[in-house]
Amino acid sequence: MGQKVYMDHAATTYTKPEVLEEMLPYFTEVFGNPSSVHGFGRQARRALDHARERTAKALNAQPSEIFFTAGGSESDNWAIKGTALANRDKGNHIITTSIEHHAVFDTCKFLEKNGFEVTYLPVDEYGMVSVEKLKEAITDRTILISVMFANNEIGTIQPIEEIGRIARERKIYFHTDAVQAVGNIPIDVEKLNIDMLSLSAHKFYGPKGVGALYIKRGVKILPYIHGGAQERNRRAGTENLPGIVGLGKAIELAVENMAAHNERLTAMRDRLIREILSRVEYSRLNGHPTKRLPGNVNFSFEFIEGEALLLSLDLKGIAGSSGSACTSGSLDPSHVLLAIGLPHEIAHGSLRLTLGDGNTDEDVDYVIEVLPEIVARLREMSPLFAQNKGGSEFV
Amino acid sequence: MYSEQVMDHFINPRNVGEIENADGVGQVGNAKCGDIMKVYLKIENDIIVDAKFKTFGCGAAIATSSMSTELIKGKSIHEALKLTNKAVAEALGGLPPVKMHCSVLAEDAVKAAIEDYLKKQGRTE
Repeated sequence: MGQKVYMDHAATTYTKPEVLEEMLPYFTEVFGNPSSVHGFGRQARRALDHARERTAKALNAQPSEIFFTAGGSESDNWAIKGTALANRDKGNHIITTSIEHHAVFDTCKFLEKNGFEVTYLPVDEYGMVSVEKLKEAITDRTILISVMFANNEIGTIQPIEEIGRIARERKIYFHTDAVQAVGNIPIDVEKLNIDMLSLSAHKFYGPKGVGALYIKRGVKILPYIHGGAQERNRRAGTENLPGIVGLGKAIELAVENMAAHNERLTAMRDRLIREILSRVEYSRLNGHPTKRLPGNVNFSFEFIEGEALLLSLDLKGIAGSSGSACTSGSLDPSHVLLAIGLPHEIAHGSLRLTLGDGNTDEDVDYVIEVLPEIVARLREMSPLFAQNKGGSEFV
Repeated sequence: MYSEQVMDHFINPRNVGEIENADGVGQVGNAKCGDIMKVYLKIENDIIVDAKFKTFGCGAAIATSSMSTELIKGKSIHEALKLTNKAVAEALGGLPPVKMHCSVLAEDAVKAAIEDYLKKQGRTE
């Protein structure tokens, strides 16, 4: 082995050197607490303000609408619990989808145990939410709609503008988990009628452990962490300044580079999809063929299991991920793959490869060469391959 | 997360394949749960002279299939019926807790194959 190919950028990205470079002084030289009155504190405060301005600009928001958090999961938790509890007098109904990240899904489950009602909208075979079904689900008790911008597993991009318009017309708050979308899709919170948006720095070449929640001015939401005046009294705790500086730089870079990034990744993605589907029989692409994140590839290979596939790829230096149950410790495969209608046995044989700025055409060539051999080897071992050759209706 | 022995049996699984006209065949698990093991036995005078397997499943499922077939080759069916999932896991240097069910499946597959052999012979043990 020698070749190392990282194709798990949806799990996390590396921090770009120019981002790290901007962060470093904030560990040592500019270490002041932004809340302090003295010069050390004021210097730190300026950096915090600058990062907030950069983040706001990337989303076409106001700096006062950006609240830094510890990441995407915290932002999702805050947006949903914070608005649900603050608007209980108006209603107790929340609408979300059946393919959300667990940070949204489990938060909704928690609220269900605490007196809220949640509608989980189904999706079609491509993982797309139906705007018509959303309209039908709205009641006069609906206080929040939360629909992810783009799916982390299958990459499907939702009709966010239409959903935002409907939510605005019906005067219902609209939150979107845009953790996978930021840096890949241009986002204008004004144009898209978004009231709250979650993002996480380590998905767009910033550091881990820092994210933000955009909260539109006027949205009624409870503070998330009590105990200090940071983040306009809504999220107490001394700011993770190096991380926040990194987020600010990373989001600015991501927006600057977006067109070139998307063009490059989309070309590699489409070649990988085309070549693998043509070289491997009984395989299928999960997610939408075109309305998908530029770096997202998600395959199902019949008759084999995803964890064995990941282990085999890892032995060849290729890092991917799977929606197989065996990688999560539960018996059920990914809820997203089940929601798009895949039978359990096919969902178990899924593989997600997510391309990023570090990948090259040579990486794609290597995967195209190695992956079909691995699938063939595992199929040789599988009792299902010999029994069921002929395929099913799903591939 | 896996021991060296598990990885060894995953990378170079022993006894993969089928036995034509096997004396006993056992299949356990189901595709819905992501695990199926099929064990084939060649048995002469109640001695397992050959064992082969085919498995649909994760790395641990493949490794436990490989190890369990190794453990029973050359043994009498009476000895093989005493194979426990713990013995399979131990021979592999241990399994992560969430993967212990794979060793149970391996034990069950071996037993199912022996039972199939006994049934074909019109015997019960």
